[in-house]
Amino acid sequence: MSENESIKISTKNVNLYYGENHALKDINLDIKTNKITAFIGPSGCGKSTFLKSLNRMNDLIPGCRITGQFLLDGEDIYVPGVDTNLLRRRIGMVFQKPNPFPMSIYDNIAYGPRVHGIKGKAKLDRIVEESLIGAAVFDEVKDRLHKSALSLSGGQQQRICIARAIAVQPEVILMDEPTSALDPVSTLKIEELMNTLKEKYTVAIVTHNMQQATRISDYTAFFLVGEMVEYAKTEELFSRPQDKRTEDYITGRFG
Amino acid sequence: MEKPVINSLTKKRRRVSDIVLKVLIFTSAAIVVALTLGMIIYIVVKGMEGLSWNFLSTPAFSYPYENYGVLGNIVNTLYLVVITLLVATPIGVGAAIYLTEYAKQGRLTRIIEFTTETLAGIPSIIYGLFGSVFFYNIFKVNYSILTGALTLSIMVLPTIIRTTQEAIKTVPLGYREGSIGLGAPKWHMIRTVVLPSCIDGILTSVILSIGRIVGESAALIFTAGIAADFNFDSIADIFTKVMNQGGSLTVQLYQYAQRGGSEMKYAFSTALVLLITVLIINICAKLVAYRIRKKRSV
Ligand SMILES: Nc1ncnc2c1ncn2[C@@H]1O[C@H](COP(=O)(O)OP(=O)(O)OP(=O)(O)O)[C@@H](O)[C@H]1O
Ligand SMILES: [Mg+2]
Repeated sequence: MSENESIKISTKNVNLYYGENHALKDINLDIKTNKITAFIGPSGCGKSTFLKSLNRMNDLIPGCRITGQFLLDGEDIYVPGVDTNLLRRRIGMVFQKPNPFPMSIYDNIAYGPRVHGIKGKAKLDRIVEESLIGAAVFDEVKDRLHKSALSLSGGQQQRICIARAIAVQPEVILMDEPTSALDPVSTLKIEELMNTLKEKYTVAIVTHNMQQATRISDYTAFFLVGEMVEYAKTEELFSRPQDKRTEDYITGRFG
Repeated sequence: MEKPVINSLTKKRRRVSDIVLKVLIFTSAAIVVALTLGMIIYIVVKGMEGLSWNFLSTPAFSYPYENYGVLGNIVNTLYLVVITLLVATPIGVGAAIYLTEYAKQGRLTRIIEFTTETLAGIPSIIYGLFGSVFFYNIFKVNYSILTGALTLSIMVLPTIIRTTQEAIKTVPLGYREGSIGLGAPKWHMIRTVVLPSCIDGILTSVILSIGRIVGESAALIFTAGIAADFNFDSIADIFTKVMNQGGSLTVQLYQYAQRGGSEMKYAFSTALVLLITVLIINICAKLVAYRIRKKRSV
């Protein structure tokens, strides 16, 4: 990784414990700006845990303890005095299960901007439209913006959630298995969307689907029981894995 | 003796016990329905006797003395319902939010929850006794609608807190994560995502509370008193009434029944008015709940 790419998030010697359970062990990883970084690995290896610690969603879990450094543009996000609300505005999140709020499509997208103090119908209208276009779902919902978001299909709901995330203009978008609850057609749409997203945002995605990782990501990190075993450019990791355990995993010999 | 054929015997016994059980279940269901229906019909029939427009539109015992009525008591009951809910709902919902969202889950919250559950089972007359002494020391009046309403507020608080807490606990984690993940502060998340999702639960607790308020008598005799007058001469009376005595419908029913004789029929008429009041209030609450739900799922 000698190329001159800027680093968006850098983690140094990160350890995370859920009570006694040592869930992340000494993770050192640099996430590159405007690239898609994929996290792969068997179930329970700590992918989601790592992803959530990037925007401090783990703060909500009692008994969760973290050591080490997380630097966003060089600034430590775990030091006292950091405003987690501002942090989460800069690092947004899309979850495994589509989770639109039980409100209208419009109110879902406008939720984040309103939280951060944006008022005025014209302004919000514009943000809603741009976000929906950005998430490639505008044409499908433009005639029903004021209908409940829960009336949409799963794939549409997930794109609404992506639109909701980009409506606050984050710098980084974290996605935890965003397509695992969706059918192949919806999955394809979201994968296509990712490619346009990375022009504006830095994306980190957890996926169980290795084909998906090779299709969409620039970098891939392989996790195994709390350790990050290998991290490289996606095509390198999949064609010339350096670690025996990575090779075993990607060739399907375990996991 | 020959051994009986076990197979056919057990089969027969099972068939018999089946039928017996069915008959028993049917009988108990029939008893319940018959009792409820019978009671309602009885009250309607007996109550119609004394029920008239005059009965509804005059306060009890007003001059001339033959003029029996419940107007004052209907108004008192509405006062009690409104004031009690105005006091108890915000406090109850607030306490429920605190207990589920902010308090550190542990022994203390468990003790508080256990206490609220126990409070819900205390006989209402004890609330009345406590309320009359406690609020007398504050307001220095023996009986007042306010004293009654505050006593009832203490009484219905546990119901509101528990029901709201259960509703809050059923809000999907995904909604919370979605809101927090967008950078919303916790209170904003509670206000915009959690509370709207539990509006049904809160309304349920309010309906349950209305039932208890309208049906309560023991706690009110000590606190709100028995007056049945209806004096609204000026706008100010609407407010000063709160500090006056005011007997509810149930208390009035008790008085008519206690005197018995020719007044007994008015006890039944009051009972009928009470039934209809509860019915109307419940229908209104259901309508409100329905409209809120409809508005939310546009
Ligand atoms: N809230 C929690 N409390 C306690 N332990 C947890 C919690 N969440 C995860 N863990 C533990 O941390 C470890 C890593 O879990 P994590 O969810 O990060 O795995 P994952 O790689 O995302 O798995 P999957 O692919 O199944 O989603 C597991 O051992 C899990 O049991
Ligand atoms: Mg996971």
